[in-house]
Amino acid sequence: MAKLDSKIPSGPLADKWRKHKTEIKLVNPANKRKYEVIVVGAGLAGSSAAATLAELGYKVKSFVFHDSPRRAHSIAAQGGINAAKNYQNDGDSVYRLFYDTIKGGDYRAREANVHRLAEVSVNIIDQCVAQGVPFAREYGGLLANRSFGGAQVSRTFYARGQTGQQLLLGAYSALSRMVGQGAVELFTNEEMTDLVVVGGQAKGIITRNLVSGELRRWAADAVILATGGYGNVFNLSTYARGSNVTAIWRAYKRGACFGNPCYTQIHPTCIPVTGDYQSKLTLMSESLRNDGRIWVPKRKEDCRKDPASIAEEDRDYYLERMYPSFGNLAPRDIASRAAKRVCDEGRGIGETGLGVYLDFADAINRLGEAAVRERYGNLFDIYHEITDENAYKTPMRIYPAVHYTMGGLWVDYNLMSNVPGLFVLGEANFSDHGANRLGASALMQGLADGYFVIPYTIGDYLAGQKPGSRPSPDAPEFKEAEANVRAMTQRLLGAKGTQPVSHFHKRLGQIMWNYCGMARTKEGLQKALQELPKLREEFWATVKVPGSADTLNQSLENAGRVADFIELGELMCLDALTREESCGGHFREEHQYPDGECKRDDEKFGHVAAWEFQGPGQAPLRNVEPLNYEFVKMSVRNYK
Amino acid sequence: MVAEASNKTISVTLRVWRQAGPNQPGSFVDYTAKGLNTNMSFLELLDVVNDDITRQGGEPIAFAHDCREGICGTCSLVIDGKPHGPHRGVASCQTYVRSFADGAVITVEPFRARPFPVVKDLITDRAAFDKIQQAGGYISVRTGAAPDANANAVPKEDAELAMDAAACIGCGACVAACKNASAMLFVAAKVSHLGLMPQGQPERDKRVLAMVNTADDLGFGSCTNQYECSAACPKLISHDFIARLNRDYIGATFRSAFTPASANTGGGA
Repeated sequence: MAKLDSKIPSGPLADKWRKHKTEIKLVNPANKRKYEVIVVGAGLAGSSAAATLAELGYKVKSFVFHDSPRRAHSIAAQGGINAAKNYQNDGDSVYRLFYDTIKGGDYRAREANVHRLAEVSVNIIDQCVAQGVPFAREYGGLLANRSFGGAQVSRTFYARGQTGQQLLLGAYSALSRMVGQGAVELFTNEEMTDLVVVGGQAKGIITRNLVSGELRRWAADAVILATGGYGNVFNLSTYARGSNVTAIWRAYKRGACFGNPCYTQIHPTCIPVTGDYQSKLTLMSESLRNDGRIWVPKRKEDCRKDPASIAEEDRDYYLERMYPSFGNLAPRDIASRAAKRVCDEGRGIGETGLGVYLDFADAINRLGEAAVRERYGNLFDIYHEITDENAYKTPMRIYPAVHYTMGGLWVDYNLMSNVPGLFVLGEANFSDHGANRLGASALMQGLADGYFVIPYTIGDYLAGQKPGSRPSPDAPEFKEAEANVRAMTQRLLGAKGTQPVSHFHKRLGQIMWNYCGMARTKEGLQKALQELPKLREEFWATVKVPGSADTLNQSLENAGRVADFIELGELMCLDALTREESCGGHFREEHQYPDGECKRDDEKFGHVAAWEFQGPGQAPLRNVEPLNYEFVKMSVRNYK
Repeated sequence: MVAEASNKTISVTLRVWRQAGPNQPGSFVDYTAKGLNTNMSFLELLDVVNDDITRQGGEPIAFAHDCREGICGTCSLVIDGKPHGPHRGVASCQTYVRSFADGAVITVEPFRARPFPVVKDLITDRAAFDKIQQAGGYISVRTGAAPDANANAVPKEDAELAMDAAACIGCGACVAACKNASAMLFVAAKVSHLGLMPQGQPERDKRVLAMVNTADDLGFGSCTNQYECSAACPKLISHDFIARLNRDYIGATFRSAFTPASANTGGGA
């Protein structure tokens, strides 16, 4: 059984991080260059970590499967980044950001981690501005803010609808500077395919070069994974097509515990699925719900009619009806589940019946089309590009879609997994968002981990490692790991099937969406746990992976990723089945209040579930880290 | 009007550039795709064709893609002779089947430029852009050393203009569209973004010289003011930024020749 010591420092909440920083071990400047650190992934967390560690003097190797670090999917984040600057003088503070995040996460995150996140949020904005990130500004030249869900203050900094892009390009510029100086060695088109554990400690990785197909061994003193979330287990999501679970999944199979895999976020306003060829769901910013009204027809027989022909009294503005005080701005999880409910009743609109209207007719009447265009023009344009519909004339059709995963590899307060020397940052770890993430907090966490947490905490581990003690890549553990990857590759290429990888990914996505999506039941999850092993067997028996291993082979890349996703799907369903409560994004239909709100069970489930791999074909072990709330009282989340 | 097109289908022929590797000869190969929903994206069309190829025992077409929402800059197709296809201001992934007529023959090629060698089929190596960035596309600021974010005001107009330039997604369509394979729009976007901000001033001269000279060394051509670059740019970045780049470059060249540099760069006791 894994030892899960969260290493949360003692003392008052607001002093923990400061105190911890003064107490952890340091590595002296002359010794730093003797340590090699591997950073896998170059999104916000990976780029910021690699750049900062190199600035400190460590020798850093950065690995990305993309052709450039700037392609990482952090680039697609739209809305903004939270920080407790209180530039608006509206009563914000580190404590309020901490509290909103804890409450937003439905009391399933660690208090100490979240408080630290809120503390360093202010440094992130300073850092990004100094890098030249062109944040939105007021006429006086100072920084502008806007509001986001789950908060009563304006603390979100933004760069038009491309905040993620600008923050990533800032981190990428810092990384590029270090690459230019020779302080970071950058390896693009290089995908991590296994973790190497020597003497119980993470000491290297195996990669496959996606252009040449070559497998390579890399030894280091510590390994950092910043490889993002695993929402593509659902096949259709707002993630990039390449986003995958492989790096953290293979680390899981080498002993790293997987925390709360079932916590997934489903965003209410995305463009609906149109056909089985579809590869991607596109988000329509939450901000549209400020002026758009969501409805479906009251009667099933009206669902196929032109919406303009449906009279006002025949429309059901269901969010306004069910949540009169929040109306169309109900929180993400609630709005998503409500849309599912009306569609399940047969009142969904569009070809598939899986859609609801987001209607701007009232706003256009009230404000005029020009004003609506000024506020949301770029979103209406995106909608038009994708659907060929004019949302100024006819309501948008929207439906919820998978958007983020709160679960990930378990880490302690130092962001180190239970495998010593293996650190996990950003969306890839489980740490700060509990069971639900608030808008504009993902960017904050990625950069907090990379710029301001890992540069301190990694020293505490490295100070205990003798300089020059890292193993040789010719050690037997490296050879074994490389052979493991080679065997899997050969097995994939050798499968004598006829079906392309996409066939299995689509079926996996359907199982996960139906049984482990917005609403989950015991029966459904049990059914999924019967279907997934069958899908896995069928995959290995009937998949067709053309081409060879020693060249660029996108089918092979996808096959490995989908094989991992199928296994992950089982773990997610098992986690969701075991967690007999509803919290945040995890909604078990058996556990709800009469008004449809999540019914938590703090006594039985006020903990983190950290799953430990026990070998192929063996049931994984469920370890538990209790969540001790010392400063905040766990209560029923209420946004009414 | 409700999506009338959603159940309309068409058939097209794709004439696709196939090339097994960088130093191998390439050629066009035709693939027929039938019964395509017109709401399908162009990359989804390639997915469908690839699944058919796989089922028939062939090797699918390699093409670069990732976010499929026009922001990561990975997709890079020349469709019917135009980088990113027929429409202005979108990336290849934001091109839809509805833009093509039933029965159309559509030519699909990789971005072609000497500094972007073909890796396989429709995928090119654009690492040269990273090298330009590494040469100077940054502000040198160590983590933790930054002053308060509101310590320096930035005029809103400057911040907005900087953002226009910063919107570059690094796809390389500007290079593919240019008869000289010039990277001037790409370099101009970064130089202008940072040069418009007060934070970017200390390294402004050094930056523009390093980035332009690196682009030259990597084999990108010069700008001859045809503006194909901004016409092909999925973010519609204006060629006006190239004028700004030229101004910065000329000024920096003179200043670097005549400005005395301190000889006293050694450390203290």
